[in-house]
Amino acid sequence: MPLIEVRDLKVDFGTPDGTVHAVRGIDFELQAGKTLGIVGESGSGKSQSVLSLMGLLADNGRSGGSARFEGRELIGMADRDLRRIRGNRIAMIFQDPMTSLNPYLKIGVQMAQVLELHEGMGRRQALKRCGELLEAVRIPDAGKRLQSWPHELSGGMRQRVTIATALLCTPALLIADEPTTALDVTVQAQILALMQELRRDFNAAIIFITHDLGIVAGFCDDVLVMQDGECKERGSVDRVYAAPKHPYTQRLLAAVPRLDRNARPRGKRAAKAEPVLEVEGLDVVYSLDRPRMFAPRLKLQAVTTGTFAISPGETLGVVGESGCGKSSLARAVIGLVPPSAGRVTLLGGDLQDADRKAWMAARRNMQMVFQDPLASLNPRMTARQIVAEPLGACRGDMSRAERDERVVRILNRVGLKDGQLDRYPHEFSGGQCQRIGIARALAPGPAVVICDEAVSALDVSIRAQIVDLLMELQDELGLALIFIAHDLAVVRQISHRVVVMYLGRAMEVAQSEHLYAQPMHPYTRALIEAAPIPDPRVERSRKRELLQGEPPSPLNPPPGCAFSARCGFAIDRCRQETPKLRNLAHGMVACHRAEAIADRRA
Amino acid sequence: MFRYALRRVFAAIPTLLILIALAFFMIRAAPGGPFDTEKTLHPDIEAKIRAAYHLDEPLVQQLGRYLLGLSRGDFGPSFQYTDRTVTELIREGFPVSLQLGACAMLLALLVGVSAGSWAALRQNRASDHAVMAVSMTGISIPNFVVGPLLILVFAVHLNWLPAGGWPSGGLAERLPNMVMPVVALALPQVAYIARLTRGSMIEVLRSNFIRMARAQGLAPSTILLRHALKPGLLPVLSYLGPATAAVITGSVVIEQIFGVPGLGRHFVQGALNRDYTLVMGVVVFYGVLIILFNFLVDICYGFLDPRVRQRN
Amino acid sequence: MRKTRANRKTLQRASGAGRGLWSDAWRALRRNRAAMSAAIILSVVAVLCVFGPALSPVEFDYLDWDNVSVPPGIEGWHFFGTDDLGRDLFVRTLVGGRISLMVGLVATAVSLLIGVSYGAVAGYLGGRVDQVMMRIVDILYAMPFMFLVILLMVLFGRNIALIFIAIGAINWLDMARIVRGQTLSIKRREFVEAAQAAGVTTPRIIRRHIVPNLFGVVVVYVTLTIPQVILVESFLSFLGLGVQEPMTSWGALVNEGAKAMENESWALIFPAGFLAATLFCCNFIGDGLRDALDPRDRSA
Repeated sequence: MPLIEVRDLKVDFGTPDGTVHAVRGIDFELQAGKTLGIVGESGSGKSQSVLSLMGLLADNGRSGGSARFEGRELIGMADRDLRRIRGNRIAMIFQDPMTSLNPYLKIGVQMAQVLELHEGMGRRQALKRCGELLEAVRIPDAGKRLQSWPHELSGGMRQRVTIATALLCTPALLIADEPTTALDVTVQAQILALMQELRRDFNAAIIFITHDLGIVAGFCDDVLVMQDGECKERGSVDRVYAAPKHPYTQRLLAAVPRLDRNARPRGKRAAKAEPVLEVEGLDVVYSLDRPRMFAPRLKLQAVTTGTFAISPGETLGVVGESGCGKSSLARAVIGLVPPSAGRVTLLGGDLQDADRKAWMAARRNMQMVFQDPLASLNPRMTARQIVAEPLGACRGDMSRAERDERVVRILNRVGLKDGQLDRYPHEFSGGQCQRIGIARALAPGPAVVICDEAVSALDVSIRAQIVDLLMELQDELGLALIFIAHDLAVVRQISHRVVVMYLGRAMEVAQSEHLYAQPMHPYTRALIEAAPIPDPRVERSRKRELLQGEPPSPLNPPPGCAFSARCGFAIDRCRQETPKLRNLAHGMVACHRAEAIADRRA
Repeated sequence: MFRYALRRVFAAIPTLLILIALAFFMIRAAPGGPFDTEKTLHPDIEAKIRAAYHLDEPLVQQLGRYLLGLSRGDFGPSFQYTDRTVTELIREGFPVSLQLGACAMLLALLVGVSAGSWAALRQNRASDHAVMAVSMTGISIPNFVVGPLLILVFAVHLNWLPAGGWPSGGLAERLPNMVMPVVALALPQVAYIARLTRGSMIEVLRSNFIRMARAQGLAPSTILLRHALKPGLLPVLSYLGPATAAVITGSVVIEQIFGVPGLGRHFVQGALNRDYTLVMGVVVFYGVLIILFNFLVDICYGFLDPRVRQRN
Repeated sequence: MRKTRANRKTLQRASGAGRGLWSDAWRALRRNRAAMSAAIILSVVAVLCVFGPALSPVEFDYLDWDNVSVPPGIEGWHFFGTDDLGRDLFVRTLVGGRISLMVGLVATAVSLLIGVSYGAVAGYLGGRVDQVMMRIVDILYAMPFMFLVILLMVLFGRNIALIFIAIGAINWLDMARIVRGQTLSIKRREFVEAAQAAGVTTPRIIRRHIVPNLFGVVVVYVTLTIPQVILVESFLSFLGLGVQEPMTSWGALVNEGAKAMENESWALIFPAGFLAATLFCCNFIGDGLRDALDPRDRSA
């Protein structure tokens, strides 16, 4: 008998505009100790379906159908009875570790309350057990951490705490709702490895909800693909990934960029063209509040000696985890934050001492696409007005009619129809908003476009469309693209050359195909190893050397090499002397040990 | 925590000084001194009086003298009640006002917080709408309207409660006299605190850590008491400063309406009689009280929020 | 719920032409029955106050010693009765309403002017300027202002212009704080960065991007400031520190009514009713506007 058997599960929400059918009848069953992945894009109903199992829907939500867990029907069960199951037989982990813990209670109290409730333990005994579980999830100084407040822990540590809390009563079923989405890729790999280990030790069945097909491939036995509240396909991961039956699954799998293949074919890029943009020794330093009265202000060095050049038709990818300075670099290049040192040369013109007029001219040639599609558009302007604005600002040479005509042409080019041009941003979908953002960037006819996480907020299939659009436009217009992202696979898909950043410094710069095949810097290797690949066979055969810990605060960087604290190859020299970026076999690397590591590999 | 408190003290002191200086110079800038209202005095006598009250010194020196007096708890003599000092008047009136104000604040907190939390738990149901409608009424009807209306209904027509007065003796004897002024004083605060509590509670109940607590199987009452109440009440705590100011201000009219011999009535009488030192004394006294209370609230806030406490 | 918004969005998309946030908000407001009734009642009160006195044959300060303390009735046009000096309370209530509403509007305009410019400057410039400006607001904020205003009234006489200035000068603090906070958050939004990156000039960014998005908050706050201001004025008038006889306002009328309520309860009830109804309506409209303009609450 399966541990949980779900039949025709439905979730409806009553709204002022009528009923919304969020889940329209899905079926699945799960055996003890097995793992089911539920994948789908945003709004597919994947979270609502598991929340309904737990009886945790919002007030206006109604669930229907049947879900038998350990022989008992969950749908329609009285809250009093459900409460005995929640946190006890079925436990849940949520997406955002930063807000899932109560900021006003100590870790120990929050954990112990579960044992006090379900196991009737006293506080002292409960705390002892909590300490053991914190050790099981590898939290250093577990005993002390019980006395900590949530804000004293990093995101990864907090997610470990919620996992430990979920396992306190050794539940038969663990539901994880996007548990690693808010985490950096190296931390995500740590958490996934930990969950894999715990699954063995605790023999819990897991329902793993995610939008990431790569994670499912490596982590789950079965997979259920959802779209618009319906189950499109269900089966073992091997079968679904190898031979997807439903067209939606096929589309989805085709849309996912893969780290292990299809580097971008060399396009029409001119072989030895003059660089359009050169950046040399760029430093970005933020001045923060004083820690105490009269103390000197804290300095945050976001970027240190950023140096690169880019030619027409070329894409330069910039990758790194959150806080690595990639966005600061982009903002300094385009003049949104003042660099504290360094030189930016655009089309031969030095922007270091540029006056307002020179900047205006520069802006015409350099534009930016932002991360959040909706937030980057003024909610009180129509699509047409939004795209017309930069034209009005820096194309005084064009007549009004020319500009109007150009706005329409560009909006049409990015895929908006004439009838949609006078709509406001909130009337468009995320993908359409990003198309408008791209049209705005292209309007003045720039030579360089900086895309700052331009596809990170989008769903997989939309993301693929936007990436395709960007590549098409690049080939058409000969644009130089700077593509900033935390997702290595997307960067590989679009970039000719890649810069890997860590704590404000470039760690490695290399041609895309070399970087992914033979990474020279240990951090690049760790990033590549941590990124999941949407292929169960590949995932299972991968051997990972997991990076320990999390990136240090840029306010308090370690001496010597910024990466030395987490690096398995670090020697004393690494901790004393900051390595410079230097030329090596396939590109440039900032590592004292690059040769030694390459030799060991060989 | 100590540094946090110290910083708050540094923030309160300039406020205090500016307040006193502002009031002081405003009085000196006023057209017409305190003694030229009635008959004209002989210049010699006037000069003597001016000297006796130090009115002949430079302004800054007078301010300094006043501040020095204040630091010893001396608010100077009253210009109208020639035989009494302002300090005496305050000492006499304040305990009465304090009883009234404290009762009103307690009532406001008790009723406001419970009604607000209750409405938050029943969001968008009939009981929620009822609580919100009542509290909207409470906010919209000023207490100088509520006071007379209460008298009209409960004293004049129903004859249940005395229309005013403040019998000396124990609290028990005064209780019937206190009911209406306390209710009238508390009503707008009840309403405001209820709305504030409801809003912040709804916000907190939507948060992820409450969903997490529900997923752990905790009972709704445990979730409310252990997880939601503290974060939900922090905005109420920070409102306590402005609330005190509002209650003190309100007590001025309430004491007038119900004939309560408190500080507020002295203030109004002083204002109408142009008793400058008395008015100024009361303004400064109340100002200090409000600033002090704001300071205490800040300290409590820092104590309750672990993030604030540790950041400083 | 996110679901609802998505759903509404699809409905709208199906409907064709573009619709701004304002028309959305207007639709939401119109659906709010409490706010709409409040708006209707408030307009009736305002129209009555402006044109009502002209309908009555008597002046607001006419002492009719033959008709002292007449209860309300159709007879002799004394709809609300007369006071102990024989003055017609219908006309007095409406004339007092003019003063109260005017104080409400003018003093709110004063606080709007000071508050918005102060807050927007502090918020947009940021940095040290912002710190100093907000420190000043913090210090002023802790002042027991009501007492200072009373002191001001006591010292400098009961001058209506002084009332406007004094009340406006208190209320701008809130406005400045709110506008500053909002400006800061808008400034950090990506669309402002996008405009900067596109080369749009600073004045144009303020005009096209900051101000229109500030508008909603300010509108809500203005509707909530008007009742506050009316309340302060009535409070002062109640204490006898507001407008001077024979001119009157709702606060002064409530004060007179309270003194005479044992015999002439109408003298209390009518002005008190008008005052409370006005404040009630303003608060309801303000709440309705806030719900209509706040996208999160709208979708809840």
